[in-house]
Amino acid sequence: MKKIVALVLSLIMVASLCACGGSEKAASDGSVKVGFIFLHDENSTYDLNFINGAKEACDALGVEYLTKTNIPEGQECYEAACELVDAGCNIVFADSFGHEDFMIQAAKEYPNVQFCHATGTKAHTEGLANFHNAFASIYEGRYLAGIAAGLKLNQMIEEGTITADQCKMGYVGAFTYAEVISGYSSFFLGARSVCPSATMEVTFTGSWYDETAEKEGANTLINDGCVLISQHADSMGAPTACETAGVPNVSYNGSTASVAPNTFIVSSRINWAPYFKYIIGCVKEGKAIDTDWTGTIATGSVELTDLGGAAAPGTAEAIADAKKAMEAGTLHVFDVSTFTVDGASLTSYMADVDTDPAYEADHEVVTDGYFNESGAGFRSAPYFNVNIDGITLLDTAF
Amino acid sequence: MSNKAKEPLFHIVKRDDTTKKKAYMVRAIAILAALIVCAIVTTLLTGANPIKVYGTIFSGAFGSARRTWVTLQSLAILLIISLALTPAFKMQFWNIGGEGQVLIGGLAAAACMILCGDRLPAGKSVPSWVVVVLMIGASLIAGAVWGLIPAMLKAKWNTNETLSTLMMNYIATQLVAYYTILWEVPKGSGKIGIINQSTEIGWLPEIGNKYLLSIIVAVVVTAGMYLYLNYSKHGYEIAVVGESERTARYVGMKVKKVIVRTMALSGALCGLAGLLLVGGINHTVTTTISGGQGFTAVMVSWLAKFNPITMVFTSLLIVFLERGAGEISTIFGLNQSFSDILTGIILFFIIGCEFFINYKVSFRSKNVKEEKENV
Repeated sequence: MKKIVALVLSLIMVASLCACGGSEKAASDGSVKVGFIFLHDENSTYDLNFINGAKEACDALGVEYLTKTNIPEGQECYEAACELVDAGCNIVFADSFGHEDFMIQAAKEYPNVQFCHATGTKAHTEGLANFHNAFASIYEGRYLAGIAAGLKLNQMIEEGTITADQCKMGYVGAFTYAEVISGYSSFFLGARSVCPSATMEVTFTGSWYDETAEKEGANTLINDGCVLISQHADSMGAPTACETAGVPNVSYNGSTASVAPNTFIVSSRINWAPYFKYIIGCVKEGKAIDTDWTGTIATGSVELTDLGGAAAPGTAEAIADAKKAMEAGTLHVFDVSTFTVDGASLTSYMADVDTDPAYEADHEVVTDGYFNESGAGFRSAPYFNVNIDGITLLDTAF
Repeated sequence: MSNKAKEPLFHIVKRDDTTKKKAYMVRAIAILAALIVCAIVTTLLTGANPIKVYGTIFSGAFGSARRTWVTLQSLAILLIISLALTPAFKMQFWNIGGEGQVLIGGLAAAACMILCGDRLPAGKSVPSWVVVVLMIGASLIAGAVWGLIPAMLKAKWNTNETLSTLMMNYIATQLVAYYTILWEVPKGSGKIGIINQSTEIGWLPEIGNKYLLSIIVAVVVTAGMYLYLNYSKHGYEIAVVGESERTARYVGMKVKKVIVRTMALSGALCGLAGLLLVGGINHTVTTTISGGQGFTAVMVSWLAKFNPITMVFTSLLIVFLERGAGEISTIFGLNQSFSDILTGIILFFIIGCEFFINYKVSFRSKNVKEEKENV
């Protein structure tokens, strides 16, 4: 037995030595190789959206890439990033919020590799030349999707299914985090812009991906009298519950028409391909990548999917009009004249833009009559965390 | 009509003649058979070349110096947890609470790091070594307490320890979830993030490189556990209580004391694993930081028949497969679940072969059949 063990161990050592020599070749000839780190795999709508963007961008530019899926938000992320560097990647991208600190750790160790991170908040305070955050003004997409929801409510009122004072929507959120709050507030404002009597209830699951909890959350809202559901959580839980109950659903991250053919209205999503193309281009040309990059409708980063069968007539036109107004700068989603907080209008708001354990509010973000979400000079990740009137939070444990 | 009793097609006979050599042969055949079945499944389901898949598994675990270190580090943690459970198992105390004991140890370490770290008001700071000493104490005690509670319940009221240790896991997970929300940065994110990333207060010191500390601790714990179980009075008492509680009582051992003492040790060692995970490796705490290793360790410990030295190999096998699994999904674009399928097949064969070591299947002999035909 001892002999066998000794033999196996020595074989392992020899093999690992051989492998060392083979795999560590860096792309030093100016070519770009991108490494992607994903929290889950293609079964999560959130990660699938990133995976599709990565494929699209890299295939279009003819760039080699590697992916690592199911990487938890722990030291595994740092190890995965280092392995991607070992494999010759000169850009490493991670898609989940909790990856950020571990990406920073890797970025400090490899100053010649660019580390890009979606949804993170620390790049602008960390002071590392090779660590970058990115997000998109998805609140604009949510607002447009909200218009589709509002028009659906109007259609239901016209058809006599509900009365104007029954226009209660439901929203399944993950955490009481700015990204979620910003998302449901903009969705609500979009809906209310066309259906003035709309109200909304929000419930939180305490997880970004929990199919059962999301389904249960949607069912709770439906039983509570919500006539339309939207969500910010990554599984098919809420769309499935809506399809079963026959309640129209506005989705996120991509079309869910496959599981909800009769109830799917529309989905907003961030298209990450433009960002991936941007960072690949920067590295190819030796240019610096923006510390905070915010994709917009104009960059093609904020998209709506094709309308589903449940969408009300006239939705496409209404969305197109609003989109034009946004691009022209005449429509701001968080225009302070369109909402109130505790009955008063919001004239000033200090947001926690620089992340710290004390949650210190450090930046005035209401400028020119609107809440400047993901604005230039602040950061790309959302910081809108105001509870506006008309939205009821059912639970705030998370 | 035959007046003979009908003999079944096969029957199972207990072996009492299995030599050690024969047992190892059976195990080797089982592993070989498992690899062949895996190869067939791989080819059928994915069309990929099975040899290449095996090569990729290997390179995922040992393909570079870094990978080898990470594999050894993961091995160290799994081994420590397995060793921690072993004395309890040997005593026939089914400690299924490794997961919770690791988590609570990790939470205690994280609490020290957070409360004595960057959150202190400006100008006040605690030296890092003091924090580390606090963390070691807190983790071991927290783990021990998590082990002690079910042990006391068992000793006092003879409650079922399988259930109570299992339930303690959920309590630990929920406590970690609660404190994650309490300590989250930024607000609402549900993430603690790396604790004291700039000051590194409470980070366990790096010895040589960042992987070695856990490995050294694992070596020490393995040797210690081997000596403790085989050459100490305590180890002997554990073995006697495990074999027969009545015998133990008859020869004057205080069974309750042995149970409580052993579970405190078991829990404290799990707490140590939690300390290494939080203070030495991840520098953060999440509900999934233990990643089910508290349960995997049950299997590791059983596969090794509670022998600390054999446990090095059984945990290596598990870690090797897990590490290789990630690489398969990267190279072949296969889902992580595929490697779980392979791991499942291999474990099925390894556990299954123990049956053939202990029993033999004898088929109905041919002449019986012939006799029957003649009638």
